Amino acid sequence: PDLKELARKIRIDALHMTSRGNSSHVGAAFSMADIIAVLYGSVLNVDPKDPRKPDRDRFILSKGHAGAGVYAGLAETGFFPVDWLKTHYQDGSKLSGHVSHKGIPGVELSTGSLGHGLGVGAGMAYAAKLKGETHRTFVLLGDGECDEGSNWEAILFSGHHKLDHLIAIIDYNKIQSLASVEETLALEPFADKFQSFGWNVKEVDGHDHQALQEALTLTASNTGKPTVVLAHTVKGKGVSFMENTVLWHYRSAQGKEFDAALAELEQAA
Amino acid sequence: MRDIFIQRLTQLAERDSRIMLITGDLGFKVLDNYAARFPKQFLNAGVAEQNMTSVAAGMAMEGYIVFTYSIANFTFMRCLEQIRNDAAYHDCNLNVVSVGGGFSYGALGISHHATEDLSIMRSLPNTTVASPCDDWEAAEITEAVTYTPGVSYLRLDKSSAGNLQLSGEKFEFGKARTVREGTDVTLAATGGILGEVLLAAEELAQQGISARVLSVHTVKPLDVDAFAKASLETGGLITIEEHTIEGGFGGAVAESLLERGTVPKFFHRIGLRAGFSSTVGSQQYLRSVYEMDAKAIVATTLKKLGTRLRRLSKAA
Repeated sequence: PDLKELARKIRIDALHMTSRGNSSHVGAAFSMADIIAVLYGSVLNVDPKDPRKPDRDRFILSKGHAGAGVYAGLAETGFFPVDWLKTHYQDGSKLSGHVSHKGIPGVELSTGSLGHGLGVGAGMAYAAKLKGETHRTFVLLGDGECDEGSNWEAILFSGHHKLDHLIAIIDYNKIQSLASVEETLALEPFADKFQSFGWNVKEVDGHDHQALQEALTLTASNTGKPTVVLAHTVKGKGVSFMENTVLWHYRSAQGKEFDAALAELEQAA
Repeated sequence: MRDIFIQRLTQLAERDSRIMLITGDLGFKVLDNYAARFPKQFLNAGVAEQNMTSVAAGMAMEGYIVFTYSIANFTFMRCLEQIRNDAAYHDCNLNVVSVGGGFSYGALGISHHATEDLSIMRSLPNTTVASPCDDWEAAEITEAVTYTPGVSYLRLDKSSAGNLQLSGEKFEFGKARTVREGTDVTLAATGGILGEVLLAAEELAQQGISARVLSVHTVKPLDVDAFAKASLETGGLITIEEHTIEGGFGGAVAESLLERGTVPKFFHRIGLRAGFSSTVGSQQYLRSVYEMDAKAIVATTLKKLGTRLRRLSKAA
């Protein structure tokens, strides 16, 4: 598929969903939209017609608040009708603000409380290793989420057990809920931290599809260690007035703001 | 109970390769044989209970039947959210094993007193809460929870009421067992403190009072029928647990009976009313301090029966 077009659709869907529901986190969904597009459009071995096939790659969105982006990615790649997205955040819907697996084909894990996805992914990868299975487990985390101590338990565990079919991706947009990562709990030197825990570290531009594809493909040099891809991203990417602002972590676009955001995304085609 | 659990789990692991035991770096000497025999079904996750529980959930999603193992509060309290969100919500077959219920580790201090576990764990959806009272129940319930879907919490006491299996008795998961017949009052216990209750029943018999004793190995599901029957047949009902009285076993019995409309003539919860115990002592010592040993159970029962008799004679 055309990854650029897929990423654009994910952003437009996420904009509609968060605006219709007046829900938060459009900035977080935009910052990871290219990562989701590359995963579902090219990297993941998954089959929308058989979402539970045993040899599928597992994907977990640990930053569950950006669930709108995953729902959009799944719908646009055929896991369920795009029409379902209209129900997001509405009374009676299955599509909750934080990503849910109940009744939604393609979602492995419901998240929303931060710091859960990597541990569960490590368990899945450990199980696969014990059983000699070769599928991969991908976990997408936020940078602010890396404040959670449970992640560092999982990073320690995965390095110790050499879970080389586990790939963590950090949506490193440098902004968390109330302020920048640097002002809140600085993560740098971030790559060094992972390296010292026994991980392969790759750093890429998280909006460069080709670079992401390459980074998310395991090679022989990745054997024996889990891999983390530090994807440098821009929060709110794709809509100029949302980019790099704390405000759009919580704000949803209404009225003129919505029209302007939609126009920018549509022009990007 | 801990050794009985490991023995039965070893038998189960031999015939079911899906069984996985994960310890939070505890079980010195106790787990050695199991670990040596089943290296692919054993994992020491280190002193990291949140990750241990998430890993357990991830493995359960991949088809394993997982047991997480540690002492007192460590298997469920810090990692409660992992149990709730990762395991229970995802219908994982996860068995959370806590070695040392109540004051089993009394002298180690409040960090090691598991005195709120039953109430906390029973409030989560998709859980079973098991608290065996004797050796036989500990063994049988280990097997039962292995094949019970969802999250099971297994509270293993340091003390035990011995082995109360009657000849030919078959284990019925979730059913209260009448381990002593009686007509004047019912004493219902969960956990190893049942041993104190049996001593109390014997003492009450010396004083001419016939106490029925129920051994209750699951707080959830709760065998409401057994409590309703006991209430109708013996009049008074006293619950005994080495646990806070707030929202635990006695609370569950009271809620269920009241809602069902079968109310005993009198009801009392014996359990921890003091909140935290900063007193140092053995399990037996702390049971006496907090009035839940055999002597205290006798005294409370006599008091409740006496009060009732006085009320009856006044009414007459």
